[in-house]
Amino acid sequence: MITKRIIPCLDVRNGRVVKGTNFQGLRDVSSPVELGKYYSDNGADELVFYDITASAEGRRLFTDILKEVAATIFIPLTVGGGINTVEDFDRVLKCGADKVSVNSGAIRNPDLIPQAARLYGDQCVVLSADVKRVEGQFRVFAKGGREDTGMEAISWIKRCVSNGAGEVVLNSIDTDGVKQGFDLDMLEAVSNAVDVPVIASGGAGCEEDFVELFQRLPKVDAGLAASIFHFGQVKIPDLKKTLRDNNILVRL
Amino acid sequence: MIGIIDYGVGNLFSLQSSFRAIGQEAVVSGSAEVLSRAERLVLPGVGAFEDAARKLRETGMGDFVRSQAAEGKPLLGICLGMQLLFETSFEYGEHPGLGLLKGQVVSMAGRIPQGLKIPHMGWNRLEWTGGELLKPSDGEFVYFVHSYFAQGCEDSLAAVTEYGIPITAAVERDNVFGCQFHPEKSGGVGLAILDRFCRI
Repeated sequence: MITKRIIPCLDVRNGRVVKGTNFQGLRDVSSPVELGKYYSDNGADELVFYDITASAEGRRLFTDILKEVAATIFIPLTVGGGINTVEDFDRVLKCGADKVSVNSGAIRNPDLIPQAARLYGDQCVVLSADVKRVEGQFRVFAKGGREDTGMEAISWIKRCVSNGAGEVVLNSIDTDGVKQGFDLDMLEAVSNAVDVPVIASGGAGCEEDFVELFQRLPKVDAGLAASIFHFGQVKIPDLKKTLRDNNILVRL
Repeated sequence: MIGIIDYGVGNLFSLQSSFRAIGQEAVVSGSAEVLSRAERLVLPGVGAFEDAARKLRETGMGDFVRSQAAEGKPLLGICLGMQLLFETSFEYGEHPGLGLLKGQVVSMAGRIPQGLKIPHMGWNRLEWTGGELLKPSDGEFVYFVHSYFAQGCEDSLAAVTEYGIPITAAVERDNVFGCQFHPEKSGGVGLAILDRFCRI
């Protein structure tokens, strides 16, 4: 059977990983190539690179870096950030990305997901949804979680999946950064609503949070996190051993 | 030299890079003249079977691959490239493949237990069943992304993976090899498989 996946997410600005790390033995802790290789060598099942650059110059740097990463690291790569058109899909896929994640771009342009799915296949299109509770409702937020779109999240996610999104990254704004565990209620609602892989994001603070995630919600396929991996609070090889000891299938 | 067959399907950057990473020169080309100088050929592919099979025909690459394989040149089909090695695919209709291996490509829908997601996407374990290429990788995890799979290929079956039912993961018959998974996305295990292919 398919393993549960553990996915570190790297935010990249102007070709450098934002938020340094404290790994021993890395010459350059902000190099996406070195960090990516470190994770790939240490049990990551997939990598997400998120381009948070605003300028065109920074975007060019990002694609150069991405090429270098893809020439060095031989596990699946997902790329997100600033994906607004099918030309953006084309640009990052040519640099070696396997999947492309869309967020605000899909909110602004409802045709983006169906167009990209037709061109590159559903398995290539990842919907990244930032969701927050507002007035007792799960709401979709845009622009990095700053703007309430007013849209109800479950129906939005279902619509994107039926339009061709082959995977959903659910980032709970309510639990993001709190490090008290994933947003299990929100994840349960989403994983019951769609039949494509769901990746949990936001809230992991320790190994046990991943154990709880996969035990309570067996339908969730993967756990994504950033800083707890970057700062070594959770080490992926140890996390995977803990998961295995709890009878959760992982690649070791 | 490894010849990666470019017939307008999919992105070959990772595949070429992975050969480079194991110290092998790999050329991406759609020219029979260039590819015929390669010691080994790789047939990649992503997307729909019908479209890929048509492109193989239209570019003349299909006949070229068949003749190279008949001469005994090692050939490795990857993902859709593996599926193209078979006689027939039933992906949206019925379409002829290269016919280098006996078997058909069929949908997982209705054949795997309900509740399992399609595509079969992620890391799954190889169970070696025969042949040389996959033998040292028995029990290892490799990366899959596919919704169709080969059946009726008992005479070439090299490895299966369990997804409710045994799914054909790799095939091997004489000089013709195929991997349903992506060795270029399967970390060190995948690179080791590519490296062995370069030594066969």
